[in-house]
Amino acid sequence: MMEMTAPGSITRIMLHVLYALIPGIIAYVIFFGWGVVINIIIAVITALTVEVVMLLLRKRPIKPYIMDGSAVVTAVLLALALPNLAPWWLIFIGVSFAIIVGKHLYGGLGYNPFNPAMIGYALLLISFPLEMTIWLQPDNTLSFAQSLNYALFSTLNNIDIDAMTMATTLDTVKTQSGLGQSFAAIQASAPAVFGQFAGKGWEWINLAFLLGGLWLLYRRVISWQIPVAFIGSIFIMSLLFYPFTETSPIYHLFGGATMLCAFFIATDPVTASTTPTGRLIYAAGIGVFAYIIRMWGGYPDGIAFGVLLMNMAAPTIDYYTRPKAFGEST
Amino acid sequence: MQDKLNSIPVRKTQWKFHGGLKLAGHKKQSMQTGIATAIVPEQLIIPLQQHIGRPAKPVITIGDKVLKGQCIATLKDPTSITAAIHAPSSGEVIAIETHAIPSMNRQTANCIIIKTDGEDRWLPSIKPVDNPTSLSSDTLKQLIIEAGIVGLGGAGFPTHLKLTAETKPLDTLIINAAECEPYITCDAVLIEEQADKIIQGIQIILHTIGIQHCLIGIEDDKPQAIQALQKALATINNHTIQLIQIPTRYPAGGEKQLIQVLTGKEVPLNKLPHDIGIVCHNIATVHAVTEAIKEGKPLIERVVTVTGDKLQQPKNMRVLIGTPMQDVLNECGYTESNDQSLIMGGPMMGIHLDSADYPVIKTTNCILVRKKQKQPVALPCIRCGECARVCPANLLPQQLYWYTRAKDLDRVQDYQIFSCIECGCCDYVCPSHIPLVQFYRYAKTEIWTQEADRKKSDHARERHEYRQFRLERKKAEDAERKAKKKALLNKKQGIKTPEQDSKKAAIEAALKRVKERQSEQAAIAKNTEGLTDEQQKKIDEVEQRRKNKLQKEKLNTKLEDN
Repeated sequence: MMEMTAPGSITRIMLHVLYALIPGIIAYVIFFGWGVVINIIIAVITALTVEVVMLLLRKRPIKPYIMDGSAVVTAVLLALALPNLAPWWLIFIGVSFAIIVGKHLYGGLGYNPFNPAMIGYALLLISFPLEMTIWLQPDNTLSFAQSLNYALFSTLNNIDIDAMTMATTLDTVKTQSGLGQSFAAIQASAPAVFGQFAGKGWEWINLAFLLGGLWLLYRRVISWQIPVAFIGSIFIMSLLFYPFTETSPIYHLFGGATMLCAFFIATDPVTASTTPTGRLIYAAGIGVFAYIIRMWGGYPDGIAFGVLLMNMAAPTIDYYTRPKAFGEST
Repeated sequence: MQDKLNSIPVRKTQWKFHGGLKLAGHKKQSMQTGIATAIVPEQLIIPLQQHIGRPAKPVITIGDKVLKGQCIATLKDPTSITAAIHAPSSGEVIAIETHAIPSMNRQTANCIIIKTDGEDRWLPSIKPVDNPTSLSSDTLKQLIIEAGIVGLGGAGFPTHLKLTAETKPLDTLIINAAECEPYITCDAVLIEEQADKIIQGIQIILHTIGIQHCLIGIEDDKPQAIQALQKALATINNHTIQLIQIPTRYPAGGEKQLIQVLTGKEVPLNKLPHDIGIVCHNIATVHAVTEAIKEGKPLIERVVTVTGDKLQQPKNMRVLIGTPMQDVLNECGYTESNDQSLIMGGPMMGIHLDSADYPVIKTTNCILVRKKQKQPVALPCIRCGECARVCPANLLPQQLYWYTRAKDLDRVQDYQIFSCIECGCCDYVCPSHIPLVQFYRYAKTEIWTQEADRKKSDHARERHEYRQFRLERKKAEDAERKAKKKALLNKKQGIKTPEQDSKKAAIEAALKRVKERQSEQAAIAKNTEGLTDEQQKKIDEVEQRRKNKLQKEKLNTKLEDN
């Protein structure tokens, strides 16, 4: 029996994570419109429904497990990773797979070896490559109703989708440099995807996620090792290869999903390494994989695969990084 | 006076231990008044064993009249983990019987039960020693043994066993005045009221061990106690006893944590403070030593903090060992009810009691009555690692939990479960509200049981193997002897068919033996003649059971061998 307990709970942790995502979501809406909000709404409804069904099937109490908030966090993270113009079924499949296969089939919260949101994302990326590349361009004029219409019926009525969408910054750079173009030439030829110091819009979204992430650190919801090691390894990798890739560390740190991963995805405690040293190795590993895939792999960003690869390594890392117990070092 | 006070500096420590918690103290409520003296109860229930180790041996019998301070149970051997027990008040021994004792798993133990006569009459032969440092170390040690003093801070380890160096010479005495657990204030008030006796006790112990250097560790949330110690130290003018103020952080009073905070040294894994030349004593123990030597008073009472939000008059009380908790609680405005928990000890490491029908024992530092806490539903571990951050033993509680649940006890030992001090920091911070310490206790017990079983079967196998060896050796020896005899006979009688003769004799002897055995059996068998079917069936059943058992044992030894 416990007489004294700290006020913490899983619910509190998950709520903090959700609060910390708000600045990033606002920045997202400012630059890309309401699509992301629609993604989040569909994802959360799906996640809660699927979670309840799975808990019923597994004969688990509904209330404490729904209230823990982990399903909502998975849904929101996946929604943030998806294209901002996604049909409902894409989100539905991704979230269902994340919750059912990624979480419950392994035994539910706490027992899943892989980050559920990234499992869902990887499935969609492999199965629906076309739908996963339809991104709205920044500063588009799509209204909430139009976005919703697209999500539900996969059509924008009289508007030409191609006129509203374009490749993301990372995608553009990868495709063009693959054709032998220099970074400066890419910048000159596609000014619409570049902002002040990184991808247009993405730089601010990343900054906002960084802000939320720092708050999480301050509130001690996450520990410093994962963000620091991940950002550090992206920085070092991009610095090392700067002369060859012509893409600067700043471009990498504030491009794609770097900050979202650093503070919100890689920090999922269940699937990350659990020892202090292990977390450094784990997150640095994600950075290395993410950078390699981002620069030379078949996908525009490598974070999902980086996370999943390091998830596999986490138990082994934990085993070899046990801190010395009291008196063990003397 | 002020100048003198200033000459005794309070050093702040420069070291700290890993993890730990800043907890709400809840200490003020029991410190409103000085130490009160509890009423002598009608009945005293004194367990013969109040600590790890072995029970003491009673030296009185039922019906004996005893006087206050009279030894009623003693230890056979001064090296065994036992302590003498004395009558806390005068009266009559009315029983020596089992009674529930405050313990983790509702144990019972043999207790001497004394019906008090209300006169509280002291044993006349008590001999105070005015100048203890004039006595030899062995004499002092003997006096401490005779006074039945045990560690009053935690596990109640007999004090006399911690007065000599076993492996390495001792160089530092550490006095634990940290009192880090919330609610408990018995040490703090004792220091405030009896600082002089405490300093005297430290001098006695230093003299007994034969060392000079002493560090007193006290948490900085007790300014008055610190001041009292400063004052007492100023009067003796001894600079080898140092007062060190440490940050208030639970569990700074854990023995190994305190050593680290005061000296920066880590007691090596699976070793004791002794091994690095340090010995720790609790401040209340030191006080008891002074009373035993200078006043001739054996350990028959202690200060107990009786507190909690469910008590009307929380306070510290001087309570006779063996007093029923109910009597103590009654003096503090206690009413029984279902919405409160009764705990012996503090809220972090204390033992939950199901009723107040337990005696106060030598290790009862606190009786806590709190509003029953709502126990939150335990959710799965999300491996957040908060537990590892606060663990003072620098373990990975999340991994220990994981492998305990998987019953992978080898792995649990790899993760150093036996370094766990069960302080409960991990329980406190766990966002999934998992009762982690309960899992660790389970794992430890499970490992101990397995080890004991293994030892037992090892022992049985060794015995069996030795028996086999003995039989074979005997056979060989017999054969050798026979051969020698034969050779000798042959030499004497020439070669006259000795073989045939001996064979004949052997056959005759064997026949005789068989006959004898048959007649013996016939004599026994008479008991089983003319049995009813039912009786026969029962006998067969017994026989079958016996055979099965034998078979099983054989199988077990086989498995063990493999």
